[in-house]
Amino acid sequence: MSSQGRILKDKIAHKVMLAFVWLTIILLLVIALGLFIKAWPLFKTVSISDLLFSTTWVPYEGKFGMLSFIISTFWVTGVATVIAVPLCLLCAIYLSEYANKKVIAWVSPLIDILAGIPSVIFGIWGVIVIVPFVRDILAPMFGVSSTGYSILAGGIVLSIMVFPIVIYVLLEVFKTVPEDLRNAALSLGANKWIMIRKVLLRKAGPGIISAIVLGFSRALGETLAVLMVVGNVVDLPSNPLEAGYPLPAMIANNYGELLSIPMYDSALMLCALVLFVIVVFFNIIARIILRRIEKKIS
Amino acid sequence: MTAKLKMSQSDAACAEGSICINNLNVYYGDRHALKNININLPTRSITAIIGPSGCGKTTLLKCFNRLIDSVDDITVTGQVLVDGDDIFAPEAEVTDIRKRMGLLSQRPYPLPMSIYENVAFGPKLHGVKEKSKLNEIVEHYLKEASLWDEVKDRLNTPASRLSIGQQQRLCLARGLAVEPDIILGDEPTSALDPISSHHIEQKFLELKKEYTIVVVTHILRQARRIADYLIFMYMGEIVEHGPAKEILENPKEKRTQEYVKGIIS
Amino acid sequence: MKRYKIEEKVFNVLMKVATGIILLSLIWILATIVYKGLPYMSWDMVSRTPQGGFYMGKEGGVLNAIVGSLYLAGGSTILALFISLPVVLYLNVYRRKKSAFSTFIRSSLDILWGIPSIVYGAFGFTLMLLFGLKTSLLAGIITLTLLIIPIMIRAMDEVMLTIPKGLFEASYSLGATRFETATKVAIRKTLPGIVTAILISFGRAVGDAASVLFTAGFTDNIPTSLSQPAASLPLAIFFQLGTPVPEVQGRAYASALILTLLILAISLSSRYFTKRYLKNKI
Repeated sequence: MSSQGRILKDKIAHKVMLAFVWLTIILLLVIALGLFIKAWPLFKTVSISDLLFSTTWVPYEGKFGMLSFIISTFWVTGVATVIAVPLCLLCAIYLSEYANKKVIAWVSPLIDILAGIPSVIFGIWGVIVIVPFVRDILAPMFGVSSTGYSILAGGIVLSIMVFPIVIYVLLEVFKTVPEDLRNAALSLGANKWIMIRKVLLRKAGPGIISAIVLGFSRALGETLAVLMVVGNVVDLPSNPLEAGYPLPAMIANNYGELLSIPMYDSALMLCALVLFVIVVFFNIIARIILRRIEKKIS
Repeated sequence: MTAKLKMSQSDAACAEGSICINNLNVYYGDRHALKNININLPTRSITAIIGPSGCGKTTLLKCFNRLIDSVDDITVTGQVLVDGDDIFAPEAEVTDIRKRMGLLSQRPYPLPMSIYENVAFGPKLHGVKEKSKLNEIVEHYLKEASLWDEVKDRLNTPASRLSIGQQQRLCLARGLAVEPDIILGDEPTSALDPISSHHIEQKFLELKKEYTIVVVTHILRQARRIADYLIFMYMGEIVEHGPAKEILENPKEKRTQEYVKGIIS
Repeated sequence: MKRYKIEEKVFNVLMKVATGIILLSLIWILATIVYKGLPYMSWDMVSRTPQGGFYMGKEGGVLNAIVGSLYLAGGSTILALFISLPVVLYLNVYRRKKSAFSTFIRSSLDILWGIPSIVYGAFGFTLMLLFGLKTSLLAGIITLTLLIIPIMIRAMDEVMLTIPKGLFEASYSLGATRFETATKVAIRKTLPGIVTAILISFGRAVGDAASVLFTAGFTDNIPTSLSQPAASLPLAIFFQLGTPVPEVQGRAYASALILTLLILAISLSSRYFTKRYLKNKI
């Protein structure tokens, strides 16, 4: 082939690839826009504050207050975060500072496998194991009767689902703390634990926060597993042993009646949009922190 | 033939296979990495660029085939004429420029394919299709790089299985197979054992009869062994240049004297 | 100093316990699925579609869901590959230099990666309404494609970033264009890594339920065209578990076992390719 032809091919390929890049980036906007357009009719009849800050959810009467779903979402995610963060932090410190190669060679593939397990499997396990555990052991401990299908059950299952991502990000963050800095601390006579507390955790502070935020936002949108164990009762939950009804579960559970009630599809799309906005918001925060850290290093 | 025309305009020394540099400046962000470089490199001989690390040797070399383009945050001003064509001119085609120059980098980077395909890669890109022709090319250039006898029975094994020294000679064969006029070497022996280094140096001494060779090196003894012409750089400037013998035995500049004696390195 | 020594010992134990809990939860999940599912496993489960009265405990299997899942995942993986590969090559060959634009692209992809699959599902649903599509294999494939594009791009991007700059320079210095370098050198260099990325995406597509819930529908038949609805394993599990019949619930466990084995097989083979990739790295 002539060199002109090859160069032309190169230039065409450049343009085509760039087009695909834009296509992918624009997807983000298109998703938001698509959901917004579908939710739009609702804004005309119901005020935004009624939608976001009311707990009255009676689709037949056209009342679509989503507050209890939003609160439920944060409850479940909060419980999951509270359980997952200390465990993941301890595990990540162990893997990055103490564990020898052999242990890591065993542990990291297992965490990979955990990351690959589908949501529905977690859900079925939750139904078989966690729900009875909450019903028969945890609830009586607090002197409450519970069916077991509760925010706590959802939170426990969810916490296991976010282990891998939180650990991955934490390990990445710990890797960014320069070896020199650790050695400097160690050569000043600090033992390993002091080094971890005074140098590693302090230096990695923002990164740890971003790992938590990323895990949190992953948990926000998890659907099927939570749906299967959380109880799905439309009510403002007051404690984790009660049933809840997070946004993703609500969207998934009601798709069947989507087109039978007026405005119902708009309401569900609005729920999806709200979820989208919340997740994107937290994601952006976490990514900004991580990018800052990366920049500092390079 | 336009090349010839330009040649007469710019500089009589800019013959075929030569590199002429006019007022070349390179900035990495705010850092002034190359300052006002003006020099004509002699053809059909070995030019060595020497100087302490970080003095801009490699940057200068990378300007010749515009690999400098792929460095983050770079600004280049001035002219580099190769065969009389300004390679930084907006209409210059980077692929055509690079085809005229073979490159040996600090450590060998065999392409992720077989020994045979590594050598055939360039010719195939540039339009050689017949299998028999390709076979000929591969054999010829592997012999040229003194590698043929070691690999002729396993041409289809991945190039990554060769030893580092063999890989570097493969890279040489691969570079020669695109029929360049110029060979650029960026500390080409720095990753090699003494015997492989010797191989490469011997090869350069043979090849200079047909090619213009430019080698960046930080080994003064290597420069002494192979260079016909020397350029001494310091902090982004050319301090002194001239026939190798003169520079090594009678340096005029103080910094060159100090470097040659080993006071600065 | 002594206080720190004690503290270190305590935390050392805690760290090992935490790591133990995390691993134990995985083993517990797998063991539960095997223990509950194995008694209900039968050849019928994987070789037959649901027959009449299947959801009341009568004969049949979940072949419809197995095939449906493979169709959905296979179709979306191929589509996603066609979109991801150009993006990754663009980022790693054409825009190898750090720039505000490449940072922007990667950030956008990171955010897309974080969007929950239920949102993709809802979006897929709005697309369906827009184009007048019914729940179908095609709609499911499109939605899943959107979901796995960021996953695939990220995984490929990671391996491409490990290509040493010198290799690009070697290719360029032989007069190769960027496109030739991308297709003949970069892809070949990272082939095992690319295969791994494809497998990871395929695994995600097989396991995802929330995005196909709205879009692919569910059916007891094996779809014969793109416009027919398609069943999927996660949804089959979900629906079977929702029935009050113990026999059907048992089949949900068996289906969960099938899905888990499928995912494990994908995960193990992707590990194999990753290992090969590491070995080939020079």
